[in-house]
Amino acid sequence: MIVTLIDYGAGNVTSVARALRRLDVEVSATNSPAEIDEACCLILPGVGHCAALITALNKHNLRQPILGAISREVPFLGICLGLQVFYTASDEAPDLPGLSLFPGRVSLLPNSVKLPHMGWNQLHATRESCLLQGISPDAHFYFAHSYAAAHSGEETVATCEYGNEFTAVLEHNNLFGVQFHPEKSGAPGAKLLQNFLKVAA
Amino acid sequence: MSLAHRIIPCLDTDGVRVVKGVHFEGLRDAGDPVALAARYNAEGADELVVLDIAASRDNRPTFLETIRRVAEQLAIPLSAGGGIRSLKDARGVVRAGADKVTVNTSAVERPELISELSREFGAQAVVLAIDAKRKTTGRWEVRVRGGRGETALDAQTWAQRGVEMGAGEILLTSMDRDGTQSGFDIELTSTISRAVSVPVIASGGAKVAQHFLEIFHEGAADAALAASIFHNNTQSIRELKTFLQQNSIAVRLPC
Repeated sequence: MIVTLIDYGAGNVTSVARALRRLDVEVSATNSPAEIDEACCLILPGVGHCAALITALNKHNLRQPILGAISREVPFLGICLGLQVFYTASDEAPDLPGLSLFPGRVSLLPNSVKLPHMGWNQLHATRESCLLQGISPDAHFYFAHSYAAAHSGEETVATCEYGNEFTAVLEHNNLFGVQFHPEKSGAPGAKLLQNFLKVAA
Repeated sequence: MSLAHRIIPCLDTDGVRVVKGVHFEGLRDAGDPVALAARYNAEGADELVVLDIAASRDNRPTFLETIRRVAEQLAIPLSAGGGIRSLKDARGVVRAGADKVTVNTSAVERPELISELSREFGAQAVVLAIDAKRKTTGRWEVRVRGGRGETALDAQTWAQRGVEMGAGEILLTSMDRDGTQSGFDIELTSTISRAVSVPVIASGGAKVAQHFLEIFHEGAADAALAASIFHNNTQSIRELKTFLQQNSIAVRLPC
């Protein structure tokens, strides 16, 4: 199986590719709509500013190929900002519409805590999950973000608590998302990526 | 369930080898960065910092190669810095595999650099390193160029300005404590940590586990960094984290 990484210029594409290669899968990084049309397993990594991601998707005409792949039920994993663009919009870039796969907005975490939410935190599972299978409930994952999606939707399978409770892992049919960085989360992160590959295989 | 306090080993390099010195001077060889990175990744370090303290222009490609080789060893985040003067320099470091870029002297000389980096990579990827030296007034002065250069900047004011300009984290080194192994500077760290809205990494002076407990408890640090005590096995990361957990500090114990 070849995993296709959507490379819109995000800083963490290299790390995600490296983490996947450690799991012995072939990785191809691309920003070509044609290659996304052909892909059988897609990952959208993301880190940084939401506007940069959405602008890049628009500029490279990737919005339609991504939505097309999702409706063809191609397994799709969004990481960090890659999860946030699943929603209607983000307060970080209010004028730029997201992919609107789920209702709801991404908003800033409360200023009662230090931001960015930076470092290792634990999850609270809200229902059964494919991605978290075989991972200890005490495992820590590496987060680096200031904005997050509320956990109101049915797609949420695990939340994290920092200032408030937000969606840390989501699963809906072929669509998966994680707010943290599995590629930087040691052994539990590798296991989560492996679980995604298992679903995709 | 809460955010873990981070333990961060730091690799001070001359671009190629890890070096160590006291009070930023008298460097000597302390090992291979790639081997140390692999060890810390396995031992449960929460993050790694690799700095080019020589930061000479000629040595740039060599340092980028070091970052690349270090990053290959890691399933944890990596910050890299030393000699990053422009967006172009930072892109090189990020492409080589760093998750965050650390800036120090160049940001003091041209604070706009912080905003430029933050716009391109996001605040979470911009670490403002501040070397602070205690003054007789009870405040702290920002030092540059590895501690040798004086400035008129107050460390707290500069930290706040840096955050306004887009830094997502402060790496705060006490020049008075660095290399002394007499403990972190609690007063400095808590002053800065309470004055800014971003996480603060305390650095300089750590030797024993008790020092880490103090800096998290009283110093309000979000993370703590040390170098030689980890390199020469004076302090094991695993034992340090177990000690902290026994003393009610939230840490990540690999499971």
